[in-house]
Amino acid sequence: MDMFAKMMALDRRWVFLTLAIVCVVAYGLTFEVPILINDEVQSIYNFIDTLKPGQIVFIAVDYDPSNQAELQPMLYALMEQCFRKDLKVIITALSQNGPGMADQAIRDVSDSVKLDRTYNGVNYPGRTVERGKDYVFLGYKPYPSLIILGMGQNFRIPFPTDYYGTPIDSLPLMKGVINYDQVACVISLAAGNIADMWIADGQGRYNFKLAFGLTGVMGADYYPYLSSKQIFGIMAGQYGAAQYEKLTDNKGMAQDGMRIQLLAHWLIILFIIIGNIGFFASRRKLKEQGK
Amino acid sequence: MHKRQLPFILVFIFGAFMAVQYFMPHESSEFIYEFFALDWVPIIGIFALALGIWSLIKVSWDKIKHRRQDWQYSVVLLAGLFTIIFFGFFVKVGEHWEFRFMTSDGLQSYMFRHLFDYIVIPGQATVFSLLAFYIASASYRAFRARNLLATLLLSAALIMMLRFSPIPGLGEYMSKTATWLLNVPNLAAKRAIIIGIGLGMVATAMKVVLGIERGYMGKG
Repeated sequence: MDMFAKMMALDRRWVFLTLAIVCVVAYGLTFEVPILINDEVQSIYNFIDTLKPGQIVFIAVDYDPSNQAELQPMLYALMEQCFRKDLKVIITALSQNGPGMADQAIRDVSDSVKLDRTYNGVNYPGRTVERGKDYVFLGYKPYPSLIILGMGQNFRIPFPTDYYGTPIDSLPLMKGVINYDQVACVISLAAGNIADMWIADGQGRYNFKLAFGLTGVMGADYYPYLSSKQIFGIMAGQYGAAQYEKLTDNKGMAQDGMRIQLLAHWLIILFIIIGNIGFFASRRKLKEQGK
Repeated sequence: MHKRQLPFILVFIFGAFMAVQYFMPHESSEFIYEFFALDWVPIIGIFALALGIWSLIKVSWDKIKHRRQDWQYSVVLLAGLFTIIFFGFFVKVGEHWEFRFMTSDGLQSYMFRHLFDYIVIPGQATVFSLLAFYIASASYRAFRARNLLATLLLSAALIMMLRFSPIPGLGEYMSKTATWLLNVPNLAAKRAIIIGIGLGMVATAMKVVLGIERGYMGKG
C-alpha cells in the first residue's frame, strides 16, 4: 500500500487515540476561545433581562444526563440569571432522568446565589432562594405531550403536588398562577422530540412565548420555527450554552468546554484534509496509470 | 366480531375526541380530556413499565441461568436495577430503614441521590461522549470531495466547525457564513421536510382513526 492509499485508510483507532489525547491536553490548557453572539441566543437573554422582578419564567428540563455537557450549562446560566434578577421560576422535567438534573441544578445554583457577585458590571448581593417562594419544581410525569396540554388548562391537573410532595396550592409562588397565561415565557432545554411537542401541543395551542435550548445536532432542525416566530430564540449545543454564559457574564462549564471542542474540531478538519489529499493523489495516480 | 370491531370503534372514538378537543378548548371537553387522557394514559403507561421491568428481569435471568454469551453484564444490570430500586424507596433513619422516598424536606435518600449524581450522570454522559470519537472517524471517511454535492456538504461542515476560532477575522467570517447557511438553505430544506412530515402524519393518523390502517392490530 502506497503512502496516499494509507492516508485514505487510516486505522480508526489512530483517530480515536489522537482525539482522546487532544481532548485531555485541551482540558489542561487555559486560552480563551472567542465567543461570538448569535441573534437567536441574544434574543433569549434580552427577553429575560427585561423582565421585571416577580415575573415568572418556566424552565422545562427535558433532557437526560447524556446531554449534560451541552444543556446543563444553559440551565445553570438561565437559573442564576433569573434568581439574581429576582424572577420566579417554575421548573418541570418531562424527560425520565430530568428530575435528577433539575434537582442537581437547583441545589448548585441556590448555593451560588448565596454569594455576592458582579455580573456585567452590576453588583448582586447574595440571597437565599426559597422553595415554593422563589421557585417551584413540579417534577416529572410521563407522556410529555399530554402534560404540556394539561398544564395549558391548569398546572394542578398534571401536578397536584410539587416534586417534593407539597400540594402546589400551598406554595406562595403558585397563588394565582393557573396556567401558561401567568408565565412570561417557557424555555425548554430539550434533547429529543419533546421540543416538537412544546411547539405543537404547547405554543401552537396556548400561544405563549417559547424558546429552546437544544443539543448541537438538533439546532438546525428548529430554525424554521424561529423564522415563523413560533419560538423567539434558540441556544444550540455547547456553543449556544457558551454564548449564553458570555451574555450573562457567568463563565461556566460551556465556555471551559469550548477549548476542547475547538481543538477537537481542528483535529477532525486535519483528518478530513489528510483523507482528501490521499483521495485526490490516488485518483491522479490511477488516471496516470490509465485505469 | 367484537374482537375486531371493538378496537376500531375505540380508536375512532378516542382519536376523533383528541382531534376535536385540541381545537375546542371548551370546559366540558377539557373536563373529559382531564378525566380520560390525563388519568388513563399514565395508568396504561404504568402497566407498560411493569411489563418492561418484568421482561428485563426475565431475559436477564435466563441469560445468567444458561450462562449465555456476556451473561456477566446481566448480573451487573440486575444488581444495578435492584440497588437503585431499593435506595429509591428505603431510607435509613437512625438505626432503622424506613419505606419512604420524598418528604417535604426534599429527596431523603442520601444513597439514591449519590448513586444518581456520581454513577448515573457520569455513566450516561460518558457513553454519549463516545459518539464524538465515532463522529470524528466517520467524518474522516465520509467527507471526501468526490463530486459537487459531496464538496458542498464538506464545505458546509468545515464552515460550521470553523465558526469559532481564535484566528482574527476567520471566526467572524465563518460565523456569519454559518448563520446564513442555517437561516437560508438549511431553513428552506427543513421547512419542506417538516411540511412533508406533517402532511404524512395527518394522513397516517386519519387512516388509523378511520380504520383503513390496521397494522397496530398485528394484522394488515
